[in-house]
Amino acid sequence: MITLKKSDFEKMLAHAEKELPNEACGLIAGTANGEDKVIKEVYLLTNIDKSNEHFSLDPKEQLAAIKDMRAKGISPLGNWHSHPESPSRPSDEDKRLAFDSKASYMILSLMDREAPVLNSFKITGEDPKTSEKEQLIIED
Amino acid sequence: MIITVAGEKKEVKDGITVSELIEQEKVETPQYVTVSINEEFVESGSFDTTVLKESDNVEFLYFMGGGSR
Repeated sequence: MITLKKSDFEKMLAHAEKELPNEACGLIAGTANGEDKVIKEVYLLTNIDKSNEHFSLDPKEQLAAIKDMRAKGISPLGNWHSHPESPSRPSDEDKRLAFDSKASYMILSLMDREAPVLNSFKITGEDPKTSEKEQLIIED
Repeated sequence: MIITVAGEKKEVKDGITVSELIEQEKVETPQYVTVSINEEFVESGSFDTTVLKESDNVEFLYFMGGGSR
């Protein structure tokens, strides 16, 4: 189970909408107790691919975010990105480029602009990698 | 000598290279790792020849990316 504050969801959504038509991306950090994760901080990073179909996090911003997490005593939990025109599920490329089986990979679909969908996935295994949806709770 | 790796102080042999440190730290999928030393990013082609110095601050960052297709 992974818990996200509604205000952080809104922050993520606003960034994703601002970056349209390109994909938006960032990091999530917080605390983990076994399979239960609580997101305390959502980081909005630059998609250096500037693409509607791909994203890569800016390594300089990634480094700054990791240092901020350390300073705040929270841990990296995974990343998030938007799918401007496709559903909230990992693409083949998302799976191929997911290297951490413990991380949460959150995907925000803006396919239906009136009803954005956010899901969180674990991506595990090798050839082929498989994804499994995590229970996501968005709380006030 | 003492260096800092991912925020933790570690003792390593003098003259250790980035490639050797990657091996010593058992970094997974090193082909997708970006390395910074004192906030400067190191070209991946230079890992074998980049020698670390006392008090260097090293970070390993995993490439994070994907796509919607």
